[in-house]
Amino acid sequence: MSDKINITINGLPVKVNKNLTILEAAELEGIRIPTLCYHKDLCVAGNCRVCVVELIGQKRLSAACATPCEEGMEILTNSLKVRNSRKHIIELLLSEHNADCTKCYRNGNCELQELASEYKIMTQDFLELVPFKNYTIDNFSPSIIKDDSKCIRCQRCVRTCAELQGVNALTVSHKGDQMKITTFFEKHMNEVICTSCGQCVNHCPTGALVEKNYIEEVWEVITDPKKHVIVQTAPAVRVGLGEEMGLKPGTRVTGKMVAALKRLGFDSVLDTDFTADLTIMEEGTELLTRLKKALVDKDENVRLPLTTSCSPGWIKYIEHMYPEYLENVSTCKSPQQMFGALAKTYYAKARRLDPENIVSVSIMPCTAKKYEAARPEMYDSGYRDVDYVLTTREMAILIKQAGLDFNKLEPVKFDRLMGESTGAGVIFGATGGVMEAALRTAYEIVTGREVPFDNLNITPVRGLEGVREATIKIEKPVKEWAFLDGIELKCAVAHGLANARKVMDAVKSGKADYHFIEIMACPGGCLGGGGQPIPTNPEIRKKRAEAIYAEDGDMPIRKSHMNPEITKIYKDFLKEPLGEISHHLLHTKYIKRERY
Amino acid sequence: MNSIQSLVKDLADTHGRKRESLLPIMQGVVTREKFLSEYAMVEIAREIDISAAEVYGTATFYSFLETQKMGKYVIRLCKTITCSMKGKNQILLAIQNMLKVGLGETTSDGKFTLLETNCLGWCHKAPAMLINDEVYTELTPEKVRETLTMYMNKNDEN
Amino acid sequence: MANSYLLKRADFIFRNENDWEQILSNSIKKKPQALINELISSELKGRGGAGFPTGLKWKLAAEAKSDVKYIICNADEGEPGTFKDREILSKVPFKVLTAMAVCGYITGARQGYIYLRGEYKFLEDELNKVIDEFEYYCKEIKLDFKIDVFMGSGAYICGEETALMESMEGYRGEPRNKPPFPTLEGYEGKPTVINNVETLAHAYTIFKEGAKKFYDLGVQYSRGTKLFSVSGDTPKPGIYELELGMSLQDFVYEFGDGDTKAVQVGGASGFLVPRKKFKDAAIGYQGKLTGISLPTGGSMMLFNSSRSMYNVLDNYLEFFREESCGQCTPCRVGCQQLLLGIKAVKRGEKPASYLEKLLRLTETMQYTAKCGLGQSVANSFSSIVENFREEMIY
Repeated sequence: MSDKINITINGLPVKVNKNLTILEAAELEGIRIPTLCYHKDLCVAGNCRVCVVELIGQKRLSAACATPCEEGMEILTNSLKVRNSRKHIIELLLSEHNADCTKCYRNGNCELQELASEYKIMTQDFLELVPFKNYTIDNFSPSIIKDDSKCIRCQRCVRTCAELQGVNALTVSHKGDQMKITTFFEKHMNEVICTSCGQCVNHCPTGALVEKNYIEEVWEVITDPKKHVIVQTAPAVRVGLGEEMGLKPGTRVTGKMVAALKRLGFDSVLDTDFTADLTIMEEGTELLTRLKKALVDKDENVRLPLTTSCSPGWIKYIEHMYPEYLENVSTCKSPQQMFGALAKTYYAKARRLDPENIVSVSIMPCTAKKYEAARPEMYDSGYRDVDYVLTTREMAILIKQAGLDFNKLEPVKFDRLMGESTGAGVIFGATGGVMEAALRTAYEIVTGREVPFDNLNITPVRGLEGVREATIKIEKPVKEWAFLDGIELKCAVAHGLANARKVMDAVKSGKADYHFIEIMACPGGCLGGGGQPIPTNPEIRKKRAEAIYAEDGDMPIRKSHMNPEITKIYKDFLKEPLGEISHHLLHTKYIKRERY
Repeated sequence: MNSIQSLVKDLADTHGRKRESLLPIMQGVVTREKFLSEYAMVEIAREIDISAAEVYGTATFYSFLETQKMGKYVIRLCKTITCSMKGKNQILLAIQNMLKVGLGETTSDGKFTLLETNCLGWCHKAPAMLINDEVYTELTPEKVRETLTMYMNKNDEN
Repeated sequence: MANSYLLKRADFIFRNENDWEQILSNSIKKKPQALINELISSELKGRGGAGFPTGLKWKLAAEAKSDVKYIICNADEGEPGTFKDREILSKVPFKVLTAMAVCGYITGARQGYIYLRGEYKFLEDELNKVIDEFEYYCKEIKLDFKIDVFMGSGAYICGEETALMESMEGYRGEPRNKPPFPTLEGYEGKPTVINNVETLAHAYTIFKEGAKKFYDLGVQYSRGTKLFSVSGDTPKPGIYELELGMSLQDFVYEFGDGDTKAVQVGGASGFLVPRKKFKDAAIGYQGKLTGISLPTGGSMMLFNSSRSMYNVLDNYLEFFREESCGQCTPCRVGCQQLLLGIKAVKRGEKPASYLEKLLRLTETMQYTAKCGLGQSVANSFSSIVENFREEMIY
């Protein structure tokens, strides 16, 4: 029994659900009211005032995003008063904005630019305020550049960092004409708790927050004949890249992606999914080892729950906020970094390349990976393990600059040795994927049987709720793991750092008794990462997730430990999981950081 | 525990550790320390369990919650219209000449900081100023000099 | 032109007969609905400047369904030229507390707050002593009502009701979206009555003397008396309780220095009335400046012919530019554009016709700003620029 009320929009009588905002009601009727500070992922702000509409009988205009419909409302979305006001608002924003669009990274994909174009703002009658301001640019972080001169103060980044991520690295400070968006004490982003997750970049309507791009550096090494450039691609990239190429969200473009990278001139096109499988081997063993130490050896020093460590945003977060739990984090590096360490050792040796001449590039859905690659300890190969990290967006720029017609490319397979992967590897791109991959392997190691789920699809850990739990009972294990008989393995999955906080607070207060926790810093997991195509919203992320699981379902091998290249690397190089070489190349340490 | 930490802890014991407690706690720190240092803000953030950035963002909104080091006596001279009409500039000059500081500056002995502020609510007795929490009205250059001299001779410990 | 019409003064607010205990205990013996009806029939309107009918506000809060409700006294008096609330809290605080407690009784609120601006911190100790005495009496008459003082820290915008509540909740004083209104979702999301200090003092008078006595004073739409804070070029600066509806001509006759060029009615958010319009303007709540102007708190600043209206406007715009919370585009950027705009016209960097563009900008600010601050800049801007255009240019 729905509560419907009668309103009119631009003279048309309409029945809408009670409590819809004017913006939502108009959208259902096919009327688009322009917005800036509004975003589907975030709470309503109502501060840009672009979405103002006229209510007949009221002198003042109302913000459509913040005003609920009421019986009898007569709404005008494009009256002269509305148009004149909206034009003024846009002009005002432009007057305090660095409007040198041709030099801006978001040229062509900027919401302010779109508005100015839509309203044909061809003159600026108001005074230019930019010369009076002492705007700053912060480009000290390896991942994110913050340019105050392009900020329209919509506060989307602050709300993202607060609501979606619970990190609160960004805040609004001062008031009046001094009002700005900044960090604690206006320090550089890399000096504070910012986790580089890049969600702020995804939600920023303009070029105020962008990723630091390494496009020119990568072109230079690709075109340098002396360099052997290896590229690895993360699982989430293959379900996001299509959007940059004009395809629908959720289009799988794996083969075309590899073909494009080949055409761009990369010497070896390999797959992060391979090291994702490798991570499962290492981390799965780590989990079982800890369980043994806890349950058999009764070692009081062993720390459970074990948390995943492939999300660098999560790592930075826990280093700042829960440093006392650093020993709960898996010592495994992320797949990107494992790959980097192996590229200049294992791969170099096998292909008889001088590691001195190898440049290791990764394509990631993530901005924090840029930060991760630059962490001082990531040099275990003897060289910097990953030289350059490009986001999905940057890869699209490379493709466009090369003049490739992406959609016409014939699919190509990854190169060998570190290019084979399983379904378990590709689901790393979705929240719950690491957990599912780990369970597929660990359960089989322990019991000798496949996980008791239809078609290996462990649905309890899938989905988009913030925190999900699953319990798997170990029954009739093989002899070596007999001590696990009857144990209920309690697992938790969280995505978005706000949910990570919930889980960690539960662990801290003793309310949670998980054994294994997967945490992804970004909403939806990596597929919603800070480097993925803009815009982002729940529907788009859902489509990308569907694509990831479809990709998994279609793969011939779906369990990490069955990957023949994985078998080979252990046989030829690593010897065994958590062995000496693994420890040296594939595992890492963490650092306690300040609370701010 | 050093003195800032114990101050913050005491204030939190008095006012609570929820978000509503933030302003009273910051005010308490400013009353004693005259400003909110980086360190104090981190401590407050820790005590109430919010981010340091949130403390900074909230503090900088309020004109009386200074985040830069202040002198022992903060002079706030009203610059709104009536005080402006009734001779605030002469008062400003008198203060500047006497203390040898400009607006926004602190005397080298750390005693006085000179600031301007908006309407203090004493327009019928303009010009007016605050020195810390005390208000002085119907100012003349002589009166101001007398008042400042009194402060200079104060030997108080807090 | 001499006129022997005298401004009708009254003395309800500051006359103190020390009868608050009696008024309080009598009031809570009456039915809440009866008290609300008294307020409604008195036609008392908010004295902070917005002029919302007080009886209606208390009624809405009383009807709201919630276990927890709040009464907040807005003592963040910050409008330039206003200083009456300070006097009320110094001289007759018990009236305010009594009115708050009666409101609590009517609405079901058990907790009251006084949001006291930081610039009035010197009042805090004395006020707390008074509150202690008050709460003691409440306990005696078994009235469940507590009052706490919440100090502000220097932000004019916190006088706006939703910004005030944000501040009390520990946030930056950024006004909220309305709806929802405070009577439904206010402090901590609970139904809240938030009233200006003076409004509460008048409510006390009404509970004591009855609605009719209040209603009989003043004029249609503007019943009762109001405190006026008079300053500027006047031989009689101070606080005066006057019946509403007086003509500005009479006011100037009484308070001017013989050379009054203009009067700013309602502070920086109010209207500047030039000499030639004094006889057409009356002080009350109704419409725009064609005859009646809004008191906006009762600030009356008089300017004589030695004053430059350009300097006056510059001062106001500087004030708004600093005190704006900064969240919404029209106000944050608009105030900057207006201030720099008049400077540019004065310096000849922009032609005089640019003033028209600025006037249209103030209209946009009036229609689109998120709160009263941005919406009211147009008042002083347009009244000064339209009436003293030459002073903006030369």
